[in-house]
Amino acid sequence: MDRVPMMPQSNLLVAAPLRAEREAELRALLASMNEAPGRVNPANDILPFEQFAQLHVARLVILEDQTVSDLHLAYGGSAPNYPLILAFLADFDGSADAFRADLAVRAGKGLERIFSCCHGFTAGTDIAQWMKKHETPPATNYINWLGRTVSQVREEDALRLALEDHLQSHASLFAAMGLKETHAALREFMLGEIRAGRLAVTPQPPTPLGWRLHNLLHLVGVPLLLLLLAPLLILYLPIFAIQLRSREKTDPEIAPRVKASYAEELATIEDYDVTNQFTAMGSLKPGLFRRWTLAFLLWALNWTTRHIYTRGQLARVGTIHFARWVFINGRRRLLFASNYDGALETYMDDFINKVGWGLNLVFSNGVGYPSSRWLILDGAKDEQKFKNFLRRHELPTQVWYKAYPGLTAFDLKRNTLIREGIEKSSLPDADLRQWVALF
Amino acid sequence: MSAAVDYSDVQGLVRFGFAHMNEAAYLLLRVRNPAAARAWLDQAPVTTAADRSPVPSTALQIAFTHQGLEALRIPQHVIAGFSAEFLSGMAGDANRSRRLGDTGANSPSAWRWGGEGKIPHVVVMLFAEDGQLDTWQQSVATPLFQGAFEEIGRLDTSDLGGREHFGFIDGVSQPQLDWSRARTVSVNGNQLAYGNVVCLGEFLLGYPNEYSRYTERPLLDAGEAGSDELPQAEDQPAKKDLGKNGTYVVIRQLEQDVRAFWQYVDEATKSLHETGYGLAESMVGRRLEDGAPLVPLSQSPVPGVGDAGSAARRRKDVQLNQFTYESDPDGASCPIGAHIRRGNPRTVDLPGHPKGLLAQAFHLLGFGEANLHDDLVASVRFHRILRRGREYGPALSPGEAVQPAPSNDPGRGLHFIALNANIERQFEFVQNAWMARTKFDGLTEESDPLLGNREPVKGCPFTNAFSIPQDGKARKRLVEMPQFVTVRGGAYFFMPGIRALRYLSKTGGA
Repeated sequence: MDRVPMMPQSNLLVAAPLRAEREAELRALLASMNEAPGRVNPANDILPFEQFAQLHVARLVILEDQTVSDLHLAYGGSAPNYPLILAFLADFDGSADAFRADLAVRAGKGLERIFSCCHGFTAGTDIAQWMKKHETPPATNYINWLGRTVSQVREEDALRLALEDHLQSHASLFAAMGLKETHAALREFMLGEIRAGRLAVTPQPPTPLGWRLHNLLHLVGVPLLLLLLAPLLILYLPIFAIQLRSREKTDPEIAPRVKASYAEELATIEDYDVTNQFTAMGSLKPGLFRRWTLAFLLWALNWTTRHIYTRGQLARVGTIHFARWVFINGRRRLLFASNYDGALETYMDDFINKVGWGLNLVFSNGVGYPSSRWLILDGAKDEQKFKNFLRRHELPTQVWYKAYPGLTAFDLKRNTLIREGIEKSSLPDADLRQWVALF
Repeated sequence: MSAAVDYSDVQGLVRFGFAHMNEAAYLLLRVRNPAAARAWLDQAPVTTAADRSPVPSTALQIAFTHQGLEALRIPQHVIAGFSAEFLSGMAGDANRSRRLGDTGANSPSAWRWGGEGKIPHVVVMLFAEDGQLDTWQQSVATPLFQGAFEEIGRLDTSDLGGREHFGFIDGVSQPQLDWSRARTVSVNGNQLAYGNVVCLGEFLLGYPNEYSRYTERPLLDAGEAGSDELPQAEDQPAKKDLGKNGTYVVIRQLEQDVRAFWQYVDEATKSLHETGYGLAESMVGRRLEDGAPLVPLSQSPVPGVGDAGSAARRRKDVQLNQFTYESDPDGASCPIGAHIRRGNPRTVDLPGHPKGLLAQAFHLLGFGEANLHDDLVASVRFHRILRRGREYGPALSPGEAVQPAPSNDPGRGLHFIALNANIERQFEFVQNAWMARTKFDGLTEESDPLLGNREPVKGCPFTNAFSIPQDGKARKRLVEMPQFVTVRGGAYFFMPGIRALRYLSKTGGA
């Protein structure tokens, strides 16, 4: 277990069906929270995101899946008729209870205006309780860097900028210094700045005991359960293989190119910050087989994101800040929401070339996905079909907030490594070289 | 066995740069009369990729924007089969402009050509040996041609002897096309070593690409009007392939402020107490004198480098291109943000040379990267472009460039031309993720030192720096770098195969 104290992040997703007659009003209300499409006003008076010092990212999105009839087209049966859902997602430091209470205090009125467009909300309802009641937990949740708080992000960014500034304004001095002297000189400068109150490197509060116990239980519990189930799983494996392959051979692909107008609607809200939001939704292939396969896989993946991929990378991908996979409508539909660095094309490139197997593992259980084999092969490797599929399932996100525009996940990692290195009074030679190369 | 490529169905520019034809001009045309345009196209003297002896002394190439295809009255459902980027156009969507860095001074609204109301239908590219261009153009511009097209622009070129305007040897690193179709790629496997041989389908439509797939392009049903002219689609034998042996051509007029470049470098060199051209070389990634890379050459050969042409040519290619950046993970030899490192980072599918399945699986799961920058940049084989650009305007040496500009200083720059089968994944990706992005390979606050537009990025204090890592010391950093290159025009074109050109010349409605 990590002994460094930290304040772990939490997340929430409030989802409630929209009142059809209030949809237009809600859309206008959400649009009013932006300065322009794709650019949130962080101080907007509906939900003034910037007032929440613990908030990393948040979004409000109307889950309007244009592919909802694919299930019916591909497999027959009656076309499902889901009401539109409004979803509010947030990733933040500390507990959900504290965040909800904070929301009620600072944005109670605004949230009331938003949620009153949903079924089941009446004037005077306790907003925090109502949100809690309408929350859906993720099947898998990913946090780029476990326990790195917003305030830490800000302090570390200020620290790097100050150090870069110092390096620049004393360039000729540093040009004559070796690695050790460079580290010592920068550290001395930092200590001076801290004393002068211009920089802060605040130690983290102790990790909440409840969280640590819960985490330990999860860490041990999931493998233990798998171990216990192993004999059954092994017996079932050949049957599973037959069931899987027979489906994979016949499941239809639905991956036409999206209409230019839809692609434009999506692109209009992208590429203002160095980070983008991605929200996508789709239906699971029919039947219990896919539903339970996906539930099992996401449950297992969640163990890896919780205990293994906790410092800067999700498998080979280092550009995702937060992501989650959430079942909607009783595991008949899946919502995927992420915050990634770069343009959509580079994100999809990473998907295909770095973690195509992982994408297949999850999304090949969705209707229309490019044909996969053995759950991990092909699929995403059919590049253009896969990109068409993703764009088709992507939803326009009405409001999206990130607390630290201009900073990528790699920036955050580098800044943390700079801070970790400068906090030590001396570094071993090998680490010293890498540390100085961080600038 | 894959069918051999029919060179006589491919426009020559895909295979040759026509380097011995040192004169060239690109005519930007709008269709005045569709019937006349089709008649001219039908007998246009297009140079193919077939070997000819003696080598021709003139050449002509033709490509169309989607507006051009519409002007020729090609059926809408056929045009709709081209890629979304081509149909939208380089300047047709503010979102695309934002991604390409075509904002601020680069905005299409200020372009000389290619912006709204100034989009050409057709580009006719003329090449000729010394002194022959005028005669060649006169023989091309027949009365039929004059009646068919209105010339809305003419992009002249100048021959700077293989160098670009900043003075560096240009265009020396090109992918080697797999003309023999010998290259096979594994759909699910990873390529572990950098190679310069690239699947034909990355540059010609109708062939498998680096994903072992056929890039989307217009396919016609047999029996559709004019489809008899077209070859069969290799992957869908019931269809006729309008894309086959064609490619997309990206043209961008990049104006270079050579004075600003050398004046900035001169000042920075003095203030950092440096001598010579070192800073400029760091920005480019190659030596000014001979084009040698700043990183040492690899001990082992790179597939597709130095294995074609005469002995002298092979030797030269090895000297210029037998390298990767594996030996320089922190950029101490060649800065990570150097122009040629951004343009071709020489990355592989799975870095670190994992040996054996277990080691590969370990890397696939995201473990085992030794250096901070490992695995940050996409694998390059999916993002190659074939460059065929030419310079324009008179040369200016570094010595002349530091002098104040005369009042009538002529414009100079590069008519950048890139060929690729998938504009979005190749040209646009390179331009967006590698050239324009201020976060390339873990960097921050800097875009390409030559091409960057220095426009502000939300949340970043500035974007006009350039870091030069030092071995055993803190980095040097150039700051407040002005914009050196301004986009003055551009468009996406489709360069059809010869049979497809015949289809286009015969099919349009009235």
